[in-house]
Amino acid sequence: MKNDVCYSDNPVKLVAISAGVSYGALGTTHHSLHDFAALRAINNITIVAPADNFETEQAVKAAIAHEKPLYLRFGKKDMPYLGDSDKTFAFGKGRIVREGTDLAIIANGETVYPAWLAAKKLEEVLGIQTTVVSMHTIKPLDTELLEQLAKNGRPIITVEEHMVYGGLGEACASHLFQKGYHNPFKIMAIPDEYTVTGSQGEIFNHYGISKEGIYEVAKNLLKN
Amino acid sequence: MTDKELKLKSVYIRKTLLKYIYKAKAGHTGGSLSCTDILNILYNRVLNVDPKDFKNPNRDRYIQSKGHCVEALFVTLADRGFFPMSDLEELCSYQSHYIGHPTKKVHGVEQNTGALGHGLPICVGEAIAAKLDEKSHRIFTLMGDGELPEGSNWEAFLAAAHYKLDNLYAILDYNKQQITGSNQEVMNTDSVKDKLEAFG
Repeated sequence: MKNDVCYSDNPVKLVAISAGVSYGALGTTHHSLHDFAALRAINNITIVAPADNFETEQAVKAAIAHEKPLYLRFGKKDMPYLGDSDKTFAFGKGRIVREGTDLAIIANGETVYPAWLAAKKLEEVLGIQTTVVSMHTIKPLDTELLEQLAKNGRPIITVEEHMVYGGLGEACASHLFQKGYHNPFKIMAIPDEYTVTGSQGEIFNHYGISKEGIYEVAKNLLKN
Repeated sequence: MTDKELKLKSVYIRKTLLKYIYKAKAGHTGGSLSCTDILNILYNRVLNVDPKDFKNPNRDRYIQSKGHCVEALFVTLADRGFFPMSDLEELCSYQSHYIGHPTKKVHGVEQNTGALGHGLPICVGEAIAAKLDEKSHRIFTLMGDGELPEGSNWEAFLAAAHYKLDNLYAILDYNKQQITGSNQEVMNTDSVKDKLEAFG
């Protein structure tokens, strides 16, 4: 990817299927949790992980028209329905799937859905208004949107199906910190260990990447 | 063990692995059934391994390159006494060590495998190490013909010939099938004997 695609600026579209822990029960050899980190370190690549059918369709169409190196990451199971969310899509532009001023949750790929469910529960149970962003393009990152979210000082949570190092969370944290923002911040991802085995849902639950897990993290972050 | 007993054991291994794959609702049935006889003969006729002394430095090494066929390996290891067969009740379940590919967390498994085209290169390293240490143990790998398109295998064949590794045994489960079709359709592996002989 570095030499033959990105350095040589060939318009190759690398499409990953069954990413993350889609093949949870098959073990670590079949867990793909390092792709964002490895690819983000390479110059001249666009990295995209769609969250639902709308983004998937838009991303495939945009990929065909895109004349630069691109990495498109898909999961395995059926895509979720994110309600009557915003229907605009462009690489490099985060998609707001829910709006609220108390908290922001930034997720991508298959973690947007549990983030969206957690935001609904936060409103229903605690009256907390949450913005949920599908940051489908992790590179180039939508830094403009990121700074807009951070401006009022609200806590920010990132959620991803990836190792805690080198992914969406670190990309967001790195940008905000360097721009002088110090919002309460929590990265929810797979910790630095060899992942437990089980179905994708079992692994998500194990690491708190679930409606309940994100809800609890949000509640605690808002307390502090 | 007589030839007849060995044949009956293959039937038992096949029936047992089917039972556990069915229970887990996960696994690689075809590949496991395909390599059962090879594993049975290796563990009951060929390999110098002892479940009670598995870390003996003089043991033969077996590394399963076609890692997805782990059910045949797990059942063969359990039958050989490495762990209770009933452990496989938890095959592929949450937090189990009995996952869909070989892992060293399971007693008797030499190496984590599952990414294809890795077994032979690891074995080449093991075989060179054994030579350097002046050890007489042997190194075995079981490969699927469907993993031959992985280029790393051919680098390893080249190295094995170059270093004259007569302590290395690469066994090919030549069933002419892979997950998306026949080898002839997906990536032709015909004349593999001629190809390997040409490496020296």
